[in-house]
Amino acid sequence: MTDHTAMLNVPPVFAQAASAVAVVPPPKLAVRNLNFLYGDVQALKNISLEIPEKRVTAIIGPSGCGKSTLLRVFNRIYAIYPNQRAIGEALLDGENILDTGYPLHKLRSKIGMVFQKPVPFPMTIFENIAWGIRHHEKLSKSEMEARVEQALRRAALWDEVKGKLKRSALGLSGGQQQRLCIARSIALKPDVLLLDEPTSALDPIATGRIEQLIEELKHDYTIVIVTHNMQQAARVSDRTAFMYMGELVEFDETEKIFTKPAMQQTEDYISGRFG
Amino acid sequence: MSTMPHDHLVKSYDEEMSRLTGEIAAMGELAAKQLEAAMDALGKRDSKAAQRVADNDDAIDSQERQISNDVLRLLALRQPMARDLREILAALRIASDIERIGDYATNVARRSMTLNLSAPVPLVGSLGPMARMACRLVREALRAYAAQDAALAHAVWERDADLDALYTTLFRELLTYMMEDPRSITACTHLLFIAKNIERIGDHATNIAENVWFVVRGETLNEPRTRRDETSEP
Repeated sequence: MTDHTAMLNVPPVFAQAASAVAVVPPPKLAVRNLNFLYGDVQALKNISLEIPEKRVTAIIGPSGCGKSTLLRVFNRIYAIYPNQRAIGEALLDGENILDTGYPLHKLRSKIGMVFQKPVPFPMTIFENIAWGIRHHEKLSKSEMEARVEQALRRAALWDEVKGKLKRSALGLSGGQQQRLCIARSIALKPDVLLLDEPTSALDPIATGRIEQLIEELKHDYTIVIVTHNMQQAARVSDRTAFMYMGELVEFDETEKIFTKPAMQQTEDYISGRFG
Repeated sequence: MSTMPHDHLVKSYDEEMSRLTGEIAAMGELAAKQLEAAMDALGKRDSKAAQRVADNDDAIDSQERQISNDVLRLLALRQPMARDLREILAALRIASDIERIGDYATNVARRSMTLNLSAPVPLVGSLGPMARMACRLVREALRAYAAQDAALAHAVWERDADLDALYTTLFRELLTYMMEDPRSITACTHLLFIAKNIERIGDHATNIAENVWFVVRGETLNEPRTRRDETSEP
């Protein structure tokens, strides 16, 4: 018997749109009851959140809300400053990376970070990538060449630089330099990429390239991006955390945060009403 | 989020948003007045007045175009988020509902002109209460929109069932009348269409109410609703 009602079923394209946001993968990174102090100033207040694996998580909030601090906790970069302390837990695959027993070089190879201003080393394009790899691995010349090429390809920079690998990285444009920095991070085969305002110094075209890159990289990496640009958070992320004055106000699906946030503070911030 | 939002940091954004709200209010009021004027012309058998109603419809159409332009500009230039986004989306939908209400008012006016070509039919009087109720629903939906009042919107949404019930009653009355006196069929058919137009206006008032609910509560209003338009049932 023919089921005529089947024709009335929701067509697959609609069903897809509805379920696109549903599944949250297990956490790759997590912080539990995290407090952070710059001397006496408490920059993070009892933050707990879980960052899902192979997804893009955006952290937004006004200047001084603690979003960059949170990012800095994830790779323990704060530890080089004497008066900065993190109390609580930051777990990478369940291991507490704040534990002094957690080896820093292991952490650095698992978590890569890219900053607001691209910082190419004053050396050739090739060496910019190879330099970091040599710290962690011993590769033959051909292995190294293959790895550098792979990193540059992953960072969507290969086609633009393949003929000038021996030239100084300082000659690249801002957008290219930023992609070089991303290539440098992923050359170490990290699990997590931390991006701190990665496009705030770039023009819209270069920004678009980085955003496209983020979309490609999220299939292989867990990405955390701190951004002042809310539209960017909306465009690139799967989940968004809104922080204010050292506290995590709301953390949810990006779509929900930007269409129907649960908290008034989030609503005020994302709609340009903060006063 | 049920509280009224704070002001934007950029004042001109607030001005553009309130301009949009003002346009919706003005357009809605014009549509409600059009229905009243059409009913008045119908009652008084005044074809000139009915023609004026039909001519006025252009004004509503051009207001809808204006609102579409404003919505497009706000989306492009302000990149609205959260409640702002819902408000702007709702404004676009509400403007299209009001435009339809205007069209139905014009239809009523046009049919009244046709009715004036033949002898008066007695049942015209029963349409009055129905039209008044439809007008009240439209105005209350617009009031709920202006005040961002989800509770009022919900009340409008529920009360559309009363209008449906009135329509069903009238439908049966007209049917009986036509069976009793086949010479009245032409006139009664026009009255039936007018009644249906008014009933549809109620549905658009309901749509407006649903959009107010969406703006304020961030979700669609999809509770089961009592339907009392039983004219399609055997």
